Amino acid sequence: MKDRLDKQTIALRVAKEFPDGAIVNLGGGIPTLAANFVPEGRTVIFHAENGALGFGGVPGSKDEEKSYYLGANGLPFSLLPGASFFHHADSFAMIRGGHIDITVLGALQVSEKGDLANWTFPERGIGNIGGAMDLASGCGRLFVAMEHATPKGQLKILKECSYPLTASRCVNLIFTDIAVLRVAPEGLVLQEIAPAWTVEEVQALTEPRLNVAADLKEIEL
Amino acid sequence: MVAALTKDRYMTNKIYATLREAVADIPDGATVMIGGFGHAADKPQNLIRALRDHGARNLTIISNSAGGAGRLGIGALGGAPIIDEEILVENRQVRKAICSVPASLVMSKPGAFEKQYLAREVELEYVPQGTLAERIRAGGAGLGGFFSPTGVGTLVEKGKEKRLIDGREMLFESALKADFALIKAYQSDTMGNLVYRGIMRSFNAVMATAAKVTIVEVEQIVEAGKIDPEIVVTPGIFVDRIVETRGQG
Repeated sequence: MKDRLDKQTIALRVAKEFPDGAIVNLGGGIPTLAANFVPEGRTVIFHAENGALGFGGVPGSKDEEKSYYLGANGLPFSLLPGASFFHHADSFAMIRGGHIDITVLGALQVSEKGDLANWTFPERGIGNIGGAMDLASGCGRLFVAMEHATPKGQLKILKECSYPLTASRCVNLIFTDIAVLRVAPEGLVLQEIAPAWTVEEVQALTEPRLNVAADLKEIEL
Repeated sequence: MVAALTKDRYMTNKIYATLREAVADIPDGATVMIGGFGHAADKPQNLIRALRDHGARNLTIISNSAGGAGRLGIGALGGAPIIDEEILVENRQVRKAICSVPASLVMSKPGAFEKQYLAREVELEYVPQGTLAERIRAGGAGLGGFFSPTGVGTLVEKGKEKRLIDGREMLFESALKADFALIKAYQSDTMGNLVYRGIMRSFNAVMATAAKVTIVEVEQIVEAGKIDPEIVVTPGIFVDRIVETRGQG
């Protein structure tokens, strides 16, 4: 079995895609980890849908930071200069109104057209939409960060999602443990590939046919 | 669903001495908004417990979640375990939830609502979180609803009017109002002007506007004039009952 990128490394690769000054919302799971890897010299403003903008890093030891400064993921944060708080309707006005530049979400399935399914699967009988539908339909660019296939080898990158959709045609880039894929009008484009993996091996774990970028390269870390 | 938010009477004194008195007239079958996102600091934990003790049944709750985050330790990162909607569900007081997070965040540890839902004992209306906030804002603002792109092509578009606006498909989302809202704030003055702290505004500041009777639990009540009008987040016009929880267990 070839080495795959671990979750931290996927998150590191995602964070390289944040431009200086971008306003970014991170979903739970691997996306959350990207906050730790913003490249040197860039400032990224993080948005938490439960009502905070402009926080970062390691929380202080003050009690108020532990109880009043918490992200949507439940993790405490510290405030950076210029931070602000707001209520839920304003928070989602920022999301739906297109004021967030980049959203990073986890996924259960992604289609070659950029459809996203990440809130439930039929066997569960219930699921949590949370803020995912608003984020997926409202943000500027949507990145997915996930493992390329399930631990049991079930494919997650499909021609069509079979699970209930979060939003259709919303994903721009897919970062996995073996590849970086771009959703393009002609289908999925393999942009980057994990060290020692071949195009054929990535294709074998991907249902739709991959277009290989002319400048395909090893995942840059 | 209540028809209008017009008050039954003019309030001369909004301050209630106990949580029990503040929720005493919530009847069976009421629609109740419950504020917060899901963290210890933003949930009206004391009012939720008072409603559990009061015992009103057949409730429709409008809330971000049907409860259980605290039990799983999500919010517990911020301090003590949370008392949330789950205690009402466990006590069989909830008939229906209108929410964005009805299920446990950890699949191996299903919550009370999810178990009752899968056993077809409770009803659920799925609402995306941002749609939920905006439906409540619309309710509080006297609007009938709005068109939103969120949920197009998904399960939530079922039965909704669809319209093409600026070249984009959008769904009609109706306004939400309630008989009562249970919310949390940091400080209130005696007029009900509220300020929050950190991430406490969440659904609290939105729900404050959308119920016939808005009940707030605060960490501290101060005299009118002690809160700078420039920093008031929820003007007292939206608040009917205030309970200070400091010293109440």
